[in-house]
Amino acid sequence: MNPLLDIENLWVRFPTRQGTFDAVRGISFSLGRERLGIVGESGSGKSMTGRAILRLIRPPGIVEADHIKLGGVDLLEKSEKEMRDVRGERISMVMQDPKFSLNPVMTIGDQIIEAYRLHNKASKSTAWTKALEMLEAVSIRNPERVMRAYPHEMSGGMGQRIMIAMMLIPNPEILIADEPTSALDVSVQRQVLDIMDKLVKERGMGLIFISHDLNLVADFCDRVLIMYAGRIVEVCDADKLHDAQHPYTRGLLNSLPRLDTPRDRLDVLTRDPSWSDAPSVSGRA
Amino acid sequence: MALIEDNGKGRARASLPPWIQTAFLTIGSIAMTMLGLLFVTFIIGRVMPIDPVLAIVGERASQSTYDAVFLELGLDKPLIVQFAYYIWDVLHLDFGTSLLNARPVAEDIARVFPATLELATLGIFFGIVFGVPLGVVAAARKGSWIDQLARVLALVGYSMPIFWLGLMGLLIFYGILGWVGGPGRVGIFYVDVVPSVTGLILVDAALDGNWDVFKDAFSHIILPASLLGYYSLAYISRMTRSFMLEQLSAEYITTARVKGMSEWDVIWKHAFRNIRVQLITVIALSYATLLEGSVLTEIIFSWPGIGSYITTALLSADMNAVLGGTVVVGLIFILLNIFSDLLYKVFDPRAK
Amino acid sequence: MAEQTLREWLLTDTPTSRRHAKVSAFYQGWLSFRANTMAMIGLGILLALVLIAAAAPFLAPHDPFAQDLGNRLAPLGAEGHIFGTDSLGRDILSRLIYGARITLYIVALVALIAPVVGLLMGTVSGYVGGWVDIVLMRITDIFLAFPRLVLALAFVAALGAGIENAVIAISLTAWPPYARIARAETLTIRSSDYISAIQLQGAGGLRIITKHIWPLCISSLIVRVTLDMAGIILAAAGLGFLGLGAQPPSPEWGAMISEGRRFILDHWWVATMPGLAIFTVSLAFNLLGDGLRDVLDPKAGE
Repeated sequence: MNPLLDIENLWVRFPTRQGTFDAVRGISFSLGRERLGIVGESGSGKSMTGRAILRLIRPPGIVEADHIKLGGVDLLEKSEKEMRDVRGERISMVMQDPKFSLNPVMTIGDQIIEAYRLHNKASKSTAWTKALEMLEAVSIRNPERVMRAYPHEMSGGMGQRIMIAMMLIPNPEILIADEPTSALDVSVQRQVLDIMDKLVKERGMGLIFISHDLNLVADFCDRVLIMYAGRIVEVCDADKLHDAQHPYTRGLLNSLPRLDTPRDRLDVLTRDPSWSDAPSVSGRA
Repeated sequence: MALIEDNGKGRARASLPPWIQTAFLTIGSIAMTMLGLLFVTFIIGRVMPIDPVLAIVGERASQSTYDAVFLELGLDKPLIVQFAYYIWDVLHLDFGTSLLNARPVAEDIARVFPATLELATLGIFFGIVFGVPLGVVAAARKGSWIDQLARVLALVGYSMPIFWLGLMGLLIFYGILGWVGGPGRVGIFYVDVVPSVTGLILVDAALDGNWDVFKDAFSHIILPASLLGYYSLAYISRMTRSFMLEQLSAEYITTARVKGMSEWDVIWKHAFRNIRVQLITVIALSYATLLEGSVLTEIIFSWPGIGSYITTALLSADMNAVLGGTVVVGLIFILLNIFSDLLYKVFDPRAK
Repeated sequence: MAEQTLREWLLTDTPTSRRHAKVSAFYQGWLSFRANTMAMIGLGILLALVLIAAAAPFLAPHDPFAQDLGNRLAPLGAEGHIFGTDSLGRDILSRLIYGARITLYIVALVALIAPVVGLLMGTVSGYVGGWVDIVLMRITDIFLAFPRLVLALAFVAALGAGIENAVIAISLTAWPPYARIARAETLTIRSSDYISAIQLQGAGGLRIITKHIWPLCISSLIVRVTLDMAGIILAAAGLGFLGLGAQPPSPEWGAMISEGRRFILDHWWVATMPGLAIFTVSLAFNLLGDGLRDVLDPKAGE
């Protein structure tokens, strides 16, 4: 089966006064109709990877790759204008905190309708109905009222469901979820994840789930890439994550408390400089 | 701030609807500021080395005339009573009579104010029309030549004495090139040709259908208005740029880009919508500055507005006129501030 | 070699004493400031201005007050008068050079008065809080509500025209923003843990304000004052231009423009030269202020 997305040798660079900083250093992976987790600590380059796929790294940042192929077509060869037809319509992204990722001075309805009408020639009333359906699909009660409300009137969990609705309304093939639940209360995290999972499955989409939360990813994804210092250090199936080999992954796992095997003292992660020098592991399925 | 804390106690006693409380707070705050403004002008009037009685009766008046006027002005009363009188008069728009031309100061101000209004309005119009897009583009293309240009324009604007730039403008565009009219609102042949309805010559001429006067008035106003426009452009474009930079780095901008919006729409439909509130405050502030303080510009261009009026009064020690003018100008400043606060509530859903 | 070690000593990551850390921080600030060409140009112009003002008697080719009615309104490049002469035949270059002294005098006085008043009002208001805060901030608001130049005009009218009164008037209109800044800084500092720590050690209010709050307010105030200097010079020149600042025959730049205004169409240089001088100096302050802001207060930039 052809993968939805195939990335070869991706670099993200930021020139600084002290020289070039490489946020992502030559990673390769592919994504099928699956749930792919990318895990790593902050600064490991996982978010940059997500944004680089959409070519949303702003200058002076530089994205380089041998290719980023979406359905066999290299995104890097597209003009900025052609790229706009990819964004939203074919690849979408949900970001961390709905408090910041929704425009505070536009009604929620206007923002969802805008997302729909950017890629579909539809009248306002059709778009309105579509948006209502979408809000219902993310289990928003009273969607009519929510459409007329402003983001600050929403709770975090609702905000994130609205965000998912907005990003899925053009019916994309791939959704990138960048820490979608990190800013939410623990009590609503599961609910938001379930909704996202259901929609992604129903539509047969590919999902890239970026998170720092190892257990969450192991639970939720099919396959996991573990990133460290801009490289992929290990790839494994999510259900076999607890048998991971790489010392970094082991270190991360051991630094987490577990209910089934309680310990008096948790390990502190010790970093080996050689990890960041080792070549990147291919993340192809 | 202070009043809000103060109101915390009031809320415990009686629970009025919030908007009434807000209204009370606003009115209270205006009243306090106005009172302070009047107090400062009052004090300035009292410490003036000029004897107000002598200024009225003249040097050679007899002692009895002097005493009569002294009592009439209430100068024998304690200062606090005098201050109360002063407030009472101001509330009735009575700023006393001008010592220079014996006319009521309020009348004089009503006569000169339209000239300032016309000039400042045209000036702020230029400032907005050129300053806002310049600031937006400078932020969107940070580091580009247009950003550099905006920076230099602003820097020069902040550093140039306005009266000197005005003189240079007159020298070049009037003296050498002859493209614009000289000082004054209209040329000498057009003075009082059209009936004064609004006091704004451009409007009056248009109402009258007298396009010769309109053209002449326009050639007179264009230079000082551009000058004021340039100064507000410097400020407005700088502020616009920094507001836009702040918004463009916000996460909802990324959301808009993820949706597949064009950069133009991202900037104008999303980012710009979020700076409207701050921008209104900045524009109100610069408009107030133009209304109050085109003093130097008005002098250079012999523009018979409130700035010229206050300065002339000052130089001839006409204290009633100076203080009246100052109070009116301060009042405008306060009103514009309130106006921008109100717009804030209209445009920002979070402020409700 | 010795210089090399000095540089290393200055750039160390592990200072050996408080003084060492201070000097080192200062040096690193200076390095990043030095990289800013525009700010260095501004600093250069201001240093030159100070030198010119100090050495005015040696630099000026003529007595700035010496009249020569036979040679009045001589054009640019006239013999012995590079910048020409004014309506009384006085050498414009010499008057500009002596005028630098007046400009520096005004700048120095305002820079001494306004921020100090603002700092006092702001820190007391922020630290004491309660009624004191309410009253002081109301006063600040009232002064802020006044149009600056008009207020300065009214003050000068009350106090009488003259350079010292102009300075007082400008200072009176310039302090409220400083008070606002100092108050805001005080409020953040006051609630920080280390202030509680020294309070527990028994430090009194006066000591906390003078030893712990003031030093932290200084850097944002310096930036603000430098950026305001251009405005102060322009305001002083404006008062001079209106005849309310320095009085004739003083070679104050604003007053010189006012004098040249009468001949602007035929003898443009009389008003142009002092205008260029004002422009240069206030531009220098703006450039310097921008550079200082980048070093001392990077957040405020963009």
